[in-house]
Formats: sequence, C-alpha cells, structure tokens
Amino acid sequence: MSTLSTNSSKNLDAGQIITDSPSYWSSVRSNLKNDPVTIAFALILLSLLLSAIFADLLAPLDPYKTNMLKRLKPIGTEGFLLGADELGRDMLTRLIYGGRLSLLMGISPVVAALLIGGLLGLTAGFVGGKVNMSIMRVMDVFYAFPSVLLAIAISGALGAGIFNAIISLTIVFIPPIARVTESVTTQIRALDYVEAARASGAKSLTIIRVHIISNVAGPVFVYSTSLISVSIILSSGLSFLGLGTEPPQPEWGLMLNTLRQSIYVNPWVAALPGVMIFLTSLSFNMMSDGIRSAMDIKL
Amino acid sequence: MSETILEVQKLKKYFPIKGGILNQTTAEVQAVDVIDFVVARGETLGIVGESGCGKSTTARLLMQLIKHDDGEIIFDGYAVGKSGGITTREMRKRMQMVFQDSYSSLNPRLPVESSIAFGPIVHGVNKSAAQKKARDLLIKVGLNPELFSRRYPHELSGGQRQRVNIARALALEPEVLILDEAVSALDKSVEAQVLNLLMDLKAEFKLTFIFISHDLNVVHYISDRVLVMYLGRVVEIGDVSAVYNYPKHPYTRALISAMPSMDPKKRTEAVPLVGDPPNPISPPSGCRFRTRCPFSEDICAIKEPILIHTDLKKRQSSACHMGDPDSGHSRTNLNGLPK
Repeated sequence: MSTLSTNSSKNLDAGQIITDSPSYWSSVRSNLKNDPVTIAFALILLSLLLSAIFADLLAPLDPYKTNMLKRLKPIGTEGFLLGADELGRDMLTRLIYGGRLSLLMGISPVVAALLIGGLLGLTAGFVGGKVNMSIMRVMDVFYAFPSVLLAIAISGALGAGIFNAIISLTIVFIPPIARVTESVTTQIRALDYVEAARASGAKSLTIIRVHIISNVAGPVFVYSTSLISVSIILSSGLSFLGLGTEPPQPEWGLMLNTLRQSIYVNPWVAALPGVMIFLTSLSFNMMSDGIRSAMDIKL
Repeated sequence: MSETILEVQKLKKYFPIKGGILNQTTAEVQAVDVIDFVVARGETLGIVGESGCGKSTTARLLMQLIKHDDGEIIFDGYAVGKSGGITTREMRKRMQMVFQDSYSSLNPRLPVESSIAFGPIVHGVNKSAAQKKARDLLIKVGLNPELFSRRYPHELSGGQRQRVNIARALALEPEVLILDEAVSALDKSVEAQVLNLLMDLKAEFKLTFIFISHDLNVVHYISDRVLVMYLGRVVEIGDVSAVYNYPKHPYTRALISAMPSMDPKKRTEAVPLVGDPPNPISPPSGCRFRTRCPFSEDICAIKEPILIHTDLKKRQSSACHMGDPDSGHSRTNLNGLPK
C-alpha cells in the first residue's frame, strides 16, 4: 500500500492521458454493430421512413389519380408495379404515401405517451407513498378497459380525424408506460447506490438525473419501441373504422379497409397494406429486441 | 478538536407495520430502542450482534438515510439537523458509509471513476478536478486507474468493487467511515486484504471507523472498542480486550464462546444459546435477553437494566443486573469472572 501511495503522483500523470475510453453508449453502439438481424430490421425501418419522407420524389404516380380502366389490376401490370386498387390508383404510390400517415400515427402517440407517462411513472416510483398511490390508481382506471375499446371510445368521443386519433392513442399508451417506468424506478430507488448517492448529500433531482434515469431509460425505451407496432395496428384499426384518416387519404389501415371488398377479386393486391403494417410492426419489434440486448451491457 | 467525534443520545427507531383496510399502523418493530454511545476521534468502534439486532438500522440512522423517531446525533459537538447544529448535508460530507453489497452499491451504468467522482461533484467540485481525485483515490485503494477508471462495476471482482466503494466513500474526505458489513461478503483472503487496506487508509487519512459486522474475529482484529447489540439495545460496550476476555453480559459471553477457534484446546463445549431472539414487535419486559438467559430471575422481568457509558475512560459497561450489586439479582458476584 505504501509503495502505491508514494507512486501516486507518477501514476496519476499517466492516468490523465486516457480521457476518452468507451462510454456506456459507445459500448452499446459496438454491441449493435455485431448484431446483423437488428441492423437489417433497422435498415428496413430507415428505408420505410425515408420513402415516406421523400414520397414526392419516389412515387411513380399521383396517389389520388383514379383510373377506372385499371381497377384491381394484379401485381406486375405494366405501369403499375404493385397493381392498382379498387379505383385504379397505383398501389405502389399509395403504399409509399401511406407510410407517412401510418408512421406518424404509429410513432407520435408513443413519443407523447413516453414523455407524459415516463414523467408520471418516475414521479410515482421515486416519491413513493401516497403520491405513488394516487398516480398509479388513476392509471389503473384506464386498465379497466381493453386498449382497442379505449382508443375507439376516446376517438369516437373526440370525433374523427388524425389529430384526435393521435390524442386517443396517447391516452391509451400513457398507463402502460407509466406502469413500466414506475416499477423499474421503484426497484432502482431501493438499491444501495441510490442510498449511497443520498448519503453523499445529493439532492433528489441530481439523483434522478444521474442514477435513476440512466437505469430506467433502457427498459422503458425498449418497451415503448415495442408499443410503436401496437400503435400502428391500433391506428390502422381506427382508420379502418373511419375514426382516423378519411378517404381518399392514403393510409395503410384505411387502404386495407377499402380493399377488403375486393379480396375475392384480387387477394394479393388487397393484402399489400397488411403486409406493410406487418413488416413495420415486425421491424419495430425486432429492433427493440436488438436494442434491449445491446443495452444490457452484461450480455 | 474534542476527543469525542460522535455522540448518540437516546436514539430510537420503530418501523410501523401497516395493515387493515385503512392502512393504519397495527404494530411497530422496535428496531433500535433507545441506544446511547460515543465514538472517540480516531478509534475503531466495532458493532456486533446477531441478525436483526439493529446494527444496520443504527448505521442508516447515523447517516440519516432513515429518520430517527427520537433522540439526538451529535457530530463533533454539533447536533445534526437541529438549529444551532449542523445540517444533515454537512454531516454527510464528514461521515460516509460503505455498504455490504458491493455490486448493488455501484451504479451499473456508470464507470467506477464517475461513481467515485459523483460525491465531490455534488458538493461543487468541478468535473475534471473530481475525476482527478477519483483516479487518485483508485491508486489509494490499490487499483491502477489506467486499467480501472473507465470500467463498469460488472467488470470488477467483488474485492475490487469493494475497494471502489471505499474510494467512493473517501471521495468526500470524511472523518468518520461507517463500514456496514463491508467485508462480510468477501471471501477470506480478499477480506484480509481489504481489512489491511482499511487499516492503512485509517492511518493515512486519520479516520474514525464504525465497523459493523457479525464476524467476531474480524471485529476483534480491527476494533479498539466494541459494542454488543441485542434486539435493538446495547447490552455491552467496552475495550475489545476487556469485552472479549472478560465478557460481563451473559449474551456477550454466549457470543464469545460461540466464536470458532483455531485452537483445539478452546473447543466450544456447550451450545451457548438456544432458540431465536424474541420478536422485536413485542420484546420481553425488563431485560430483553431474559428469555434466553441462563441466569434469568424475577427481577429481570420487572426491572430493565440500564447501560449508560459516556465516559471513554471507563473500560467496560454492561446492561445486566448481575453487574449491579444493588439490583436485587442473587448472582451479582458472577460478573467479571473469566469465561
């Protein structure tokens, strides 16, 4: 020990050379690099996102232009790579444009719910006691209704429209996110390192910022990502019922609804919006799975 | 600089047990029931006792991680959390704690260097100075900062993690270090290394230790004085040599005789204690040890033996009627006999 103490100044100088060794997030990144499945699904999502954003440049035709002669043309028809819908509109074009609304309605309610529900759950979990009780019991009220029914009820009460659908889905996702955040926070709050942080004289907000959020973020973030796929499906369902988007706007759920009648005439074309929904949800699920294992540094 | 650095007066903590429809308090666990002791500057006070006797609760009360119901903690002459005294925050800067579980007491998402630097940053030291300090402390606890400063807790062994915990506790330059079973989870060879490290650090930083353990051999090795707890009370306190060689309280005597020895001539002959400690929700009247004490008499159920030991020059005190000639117990002469 004493030899180490006398060497301390020398060692310290050497120690200061390393300042930028891998941080937590850079090790997560290197974990992700070694996971081809997650990267593949992330690339699919990225291409879906980009094609939705640059729909104007990518889509071969006008998504609203009908053509009665080309109604329900099968996949591979000349000029209609993925066929045409019941009004003769190009399916490829409408699928590309449809991604805009579908992704918007998939992601934005989850992001909003993550902010609100995360804050509620963090407060409930960290403060505990009566605050926890009142927040979580209110959340439990929402659990009394099945999520689809709740979304339809709120959407129906607010009226049709994209914005109202997003609000209703946000309300649907707040309770589960709050619950996951609360349970993780409660677990972490009881651990010795939080006690040790308190023992060092840190204020609650500092403890939350440094010690709680970094440990809560992983599981909550992964859970929220998996909710995006649910959100896409629910919003498609709302559109299917006429509560979300309205025709002739291209949106996958709505397209599925309108093509439903043509399923015996041209089942392949009618199934395409469903394939897109499936692919997007699957990609979000697989990606969140991959991120979860990458964030779990012990693996 | 007074001789006494920490004084605990009539410290009490009852944990409520909630139940019923209205979540009312139905009972209370008397975890720490009015204890008094003093800690001298620069000494090591060992606290021993069986599981559930209130050792860790005492440590947490001292750190104010849980609020005491009654009593006072006086740090270096100032009452903690009272007007005219010092605040909890100021006290925590001067008194730090090392926890038993070396893994759960380090944030898994922070490199150990950041865990050590956290305390100084909280107290206003700038980030680079705090990091420099963290590296310096890693050297002090025998870890090479070039190899260890950026590692995460799961990349370290138990002994290395506990060294980091010690470094973290020292980062605020405390005067008192509470070690709550700090070496109990380590295997014997590592335990010895960490104990030696603690002794070195104590000498180097002029620390005062409160060393909590259930391992009597370790306490004997490291402590100057020892405090024996039973069911939330202090039953005996005194110099290590006095308490270990001439235990006065029957409970201490039982503990010492249960100590495993390497000497074949000093075998444990009789089972020193039978049964479990009574339920701390409804402890026995009078002396709390009387239900398991071989010398229990009527007086023990009626009158509570009181231990007051604030004079550091006094070598040994015990909370037993047998130590008090006026108590009415028939065997007052049994005290002080060699075991």
